[in-house]
Amino acid sequence: MSNIPADLKYTKSHEWLKLAADGTALVGITEHAQDQLGDMVYVEVPDAGRSVKANEACAVVESVKAASDVYAPVAGDVIEGNAGLADAPESVNQDPYGSGWLLKLKVADTAAVDALMDAAAYAAFVAAEEH
Amino acid sequence: MLIFEQSRPGRAATAQSPLHSQDCADIPTSQLRTDAPSLPEVSELQAVRHYTRLSQKNFSIDTNFYPLGSCTMKYNPRACNTLAMLPGFLARHPLGPASAGQGFMACLYELQEMLKEVTGMQAVSLTPAAGAQGEFAGVAMIRAYHVARNDTARTEILVPDAAHGTNPATATMCGYTVHEIPTDKQGDVDLDALKAAVGPHTAGIMLTNPSTLGIFERRIKDIAKIVHDAGGLLYYDGANLNAILGKVRPGDMGFDVIHMNLHKTFSTPHGGGGPGAGPVGVSARLEPFLPVPMVGIDGDEYVWITEKEKPQSIGRLSAFMGNAGVLLRAYIYARMLGHEGMHRVAEYATLNANYLMAKLRDAGFDVAFPNRRATHEFIVTLKKQEKELGTSAMDFAKRLLDFGYHAPTTYFPMLVPECLLIEPSETEAKEDLDGFVAAMVRILDEARSTPEVLKEAPHTQPVRRLDDVRAARELDLTWKAPAA
Repeated sequence: MSNIPADLKYTKSHEWLKLAADGTALVGITEHAQDQLGDMVYVEVPDAGRSVKANEACAVVESVKAASDVYAPVAGDVIEGNAGLADAPESVNQDPYGSGWLLKLKVADTAAVDALMDAAAYAAFVAAEEH
Repeated sequence: MLIFEQSRPGRAATAQSPLHSQDCADIPTSQLRTDAPSLPEVSELQAVRHYTRLSQKNFSIDTNFYPLGSCTMKYNPRACNTLAMLPGFLARHPLGPASAGQGFMACLYELQEMLKEVTGMQAVSLTPAAGAQGEFAGVAMIRAYHVARNDTARTEILVPDAAHGTNPATATMCGYTVHEIPTDKQGDVDLDALKAAVGPHTAGIMLTNPSTLGIFERRIKDIAKIVHDAGGLLYYDGANLNAILGKVRPGDMGFDVIHMNLHKTFSTPHGGGGPGAGPVGVSARLEPFLPVPMVGIDGDEYVWITEKEKPQSIGRLSAFMGNAGVLLRAYIYARMLGHEGMHRVAEYATLNANYLMAKLRDAGFDVAFPNRRATHEFIVTLKKQEKELGTSAMDFAKRLLDFGYHAPTTYFPMLVPECLLIEPSETEAKEDLDGFVAAMVRILDEARSTPEVLKEAPHTQPVRRLDDVRAARELDLTWKAPAA
């Protein structure tokens, strides 16, 4: 079983979200997701200022196997895209919950975060999908 | 070694022949170049050897089994090549009058008619020069149809998650947003998700049937009804047409527009980047929008149908008739098959795929959809081998090269982990299929006993395992002369 930190929230499309006390959140893809996709060769992150709806495609991760959209777990305004990934897309593979973060959001409604899966629910979801 | 690296100043094809300076006195100096072109300077023999060696490195259906899923790498009958290269075809000038090209036009007209018959569509245009261009033409016609009706709120195209990557790309190129529809556990389109997704914003759905999972979409009539009731149109991706040729027709399934890959289903050469041909067929409501030129018949004379006759056409997609030589080969192939032969193609393509699938399953490989009959292709998943032995689908694919087999399609569709998409086509003999099974069995044994042999494969090719991560991250396709 891959690493699923207990303090994050998760989506069925394998994004994680980490909510800070100030209502901002970091978003990335899970260790399971990066493992399925394989070695990253290119990552496209959104520009600051863009408003995204929940489940809207807001970033692209391209691996040797496929290019995949990354969806916003909740609605919000993009504060920052992780510019460091342009030169180091492998961060998404090596440190998906750390330096491999994709974007920082100002979350529109923090209540929406509660509706996302917690670590236990996501672990069960991945196990069921694997089956 | 590149031919540029063999270059030596002053060397030329006529190395031992006396050189005579070319007299260009009758060409105005303004039209003459002043510097020499940057071309490799080699002897004729060096050039011949270089390109002969390159050709010998080619992998082709003429030398080896090529089970590349969704690409239908079948044998190209020599008769098609021979007849398409008759002097009358080769020497025809595309700007010549129609009266001087009646034979050529007759072939194209009959090809249009045969493709209509085998797909159940109302009309066919042959001009798109490849599958991707056929897709573009198809979705451009869907857009033209909605626009002509002032139904401009339709901004979204639905695409199942098992679709070929070209489908969402085409929809995006035509200005639509893409909405992905999930696949259920049985490999069919999730009808509940489809019902929830359609609405007044739906321009259409793009479907491949049989799907890229190598199975027939059984509820296609329901899908057609859901999308049509919402005012959307149905697009048929013809990549997998080989499985159903002469058996069931996209037109009868309810599709409004279809592209055909003649270079797959109708056996024209491909695999090296073309040239291809991607004719489009349409239902009656899309007929006014077909790309031109097409060939019509007026009394006993074949005539060009152009923008004049079809003012609502989406226009021209290529010079003249597209890849005319490919169209001629497909025409000859279709004439040789006839009605009976079309059926046999579908029957033997599916028989070969199901035989290969059964053999591999019996040999211990996991099939992605064991409860479904394969169409012309099927998926093996190496998830178990990856987990237990640490050998991936890519390791199996690379090791197959050492045994003289082109690797099947790998890691597509993404829905199935560690997958190989295998399509034998109808032109392989049983002994060749058995040979492939034997190689797969041997590789499976190696995965258990000496997995490093797989991990380091290929061992017998001109190059060893390529670094595809570095190739993608540091893309470099140009040769530069080393500094003198």
